[in-house]
Amino acid sequence: MNRTWFDWRTGVVVLAFAATACLPWFVSGYWLGVLTISSYVAVYAMAWDLLFGYGGEVNFGPTFLIGLGAYGAGMSNTFLGWPVWVSIPVGTLAAVIGGLALVGPALRLKGPYFGLVTLVAVLLLSQVINMFAGYTGGEIGLALRDILTISSTGNFYYAFGLMTITALVLRILVRSPLGLILEASGQDTTATEALGFSVTKFKILAFVISAFFSGLAGAMTVFYFGTASPGTVVAVAVTIQIIIATIIGGRRSIIGSILGAVFLIVAGEFLRPVGQLSSTLVAVLALLVLVFAPNGFISVFGARRERKA
Amino acid sequence: MNLIIEILISTFIIGAIYALGAAGLTIIFGVSGILNLAHGAIVVVASLVAWYCALQLNMGIYLGGLVGIAAAILTTYVLYFTVVIPLSRSRQLASEELPVFLFVSTLLFALILQGLLEWFFGATPVSTPAMIDGVVHIAGVTVPLNSLLIGVVAWAVIGALWLFISHTRMGKAMLAASMSPKGLAIVGYDIGRIHFLVWGLYGLLAGIAGVLLASFIGASSNVAINLTATSFTIVVLGGLGNVLGSLAAAYILGFLGTVTAFLISPSLREVPGLLLLIVVLYARPQGLFGRH
Repeated sequence: MNRTWFDWRTGVVVLAFAATACLPWFVSGYWLGVLTISSYVAVYAMAWDLLFGYGGEVNFGPTFLIGLGAYGAGMSNTFLGWPVWVSIPVGTLAAVIGGLALVGPALRLKGPYFGLVTLVAVLLLSQVINMFAGYTGGEIGLALRDILTISSTGNFYYAFGLMTITALVLRILVRSPLGLILEASGQDTTATEALGFSVTKFKILAFVISAFFSGLAGAMTVFYFGTASPGTVVAVAVTIQIIIATIIGGRRSIIGSILGAVFLIVAGEFLRPVGQLSSTLVAVLALLVLVFAPNGFISVFGARRERKA
Repeated sequence: MNLIIEILISTFIIGAIYALGAAGLTIIFGVSGILNLAHGAIVVVASLVAWYCALQLNMGIYLGGLVGIAAAILTTYVLYFTVVIPLSRSRQLASEELPVFLFVSTLLFALILQGLLEWFFGATPVSTPAMIDGVVHIAGVTVPLNSLLIGVVAWAVIGALWLFISHTRMGKAMLAASMSPKGLAIVGYDIGRIHFLVWGLYGLLAGIAGVLLASFIGASSNVAINLTATSFTIVVLGGLGNVLGSLAAAYILGFLGTVTAFLISPSLREVPGLLLLIVVLYARPQGLFGRH
């Protein structure tokens, strides 16, 4: 197992990030927009993979966290009139608190039950958004007073910067003792507990970290769009997008999540002319990767993988 | 008074359809351990194909219904052979990761089905014609005969399912497979064949539920995910793999939903069920009627 800090793969990744950072000089505003969205989805995917790939828990409610971040930020901006840079931390805080409230009891449940509770949490959140349409804008969405910036280059750098910071933080985290314990508890809970680690405590911590980045990205996403709507930050379709991105890119890999997210969004753009069936085609593609290459794109680059016993 | 009767009759019918829809899902989970998220989409396949055959191709509701059920069985086998079997045999997956991958891939399969259904049939909700015309008056409430027939058919199918599982050799083998697949293999049964048959049975039940649903309240490609959620709520409330528990849970949910729809607002039909599910999952994660 390779745990050194710098090998040729890291070099390639650093070069790729540097090259991407130079893109605003070469590509159109349209493609910068696509990359902006890709970056936010990549943050969602990385945050989700911390639980799935590393922690071994399937959270079907990433959009519960993202939605809390988005609506927390959006409502504090619209109703309290707080500026963007106050509203974003408010949204992030809402996601962390909501995540804590959800995960504390939910982690007592094993396997599919945990996934189901998180899924139900999302369904309830969307019902609440519809019930209080006067405050949340309901299906149509909540129009915000402010946005991050009108410049597509600026928006790209905000999103790309967030993605880079998230990737760095998570990389340091998963290679730290904390990350190793989390990974161990994902793979063999009993053995990890037998070693004296409180698995639940580490998973709650992982969930909170995941909630932090999901909420932060959710809050920034709505200030990019200028609206918070269920379709973009709460819908089950968004969850599916996150799951697909993580798995086809390669789970238990930070770069994998980024690759998956960029691929998914860019492929969606290329398939747009196909019309109605474009999202179906993306789903077919994702299903093929999932069934026949469950380790995702990243496995092509020779990352370590354990085989079925 | 009329309102109470109306709620009770509506509960009887919707509960029967819910129960039928959830029965297949819980059997599949019991035998193969798979939570099939494509459930709602397969139900809707039956609804829409039945509608198309009955009304667009003028086959009539009975023949159309049969074609719809056949379509559901066929779709189920496509899922089984293109997703379930390859993933179960994949050598790239650790065995403890398999359920998650099956979970996610059945969800993707559902998305694909939904996209294709919308493409073929459009997204407008459709209803199949009534099987029989006429109305009856029950304690002052007018009820279409067709609705009653739907409830009766659903219950007849559930009864037949119970007879099949408890009184036939094949049915008992399926039950045994949910308890101890190894034991069953030791006494000489082919587990692969049993799985094949269970998926067929599942498709049949989902198909019948879909055709009845289309005749009672109509269906569209958009409701697939909601159907999946409702069926899941029922299956989890009743205890995963517990068929009788699912029946009871279907009625509890049908009642709560109907009362909410009548007294508060039809758009909140699903809320009490979700709240109940959260409470039950925290207090009794094995479900209301689960054992261990």
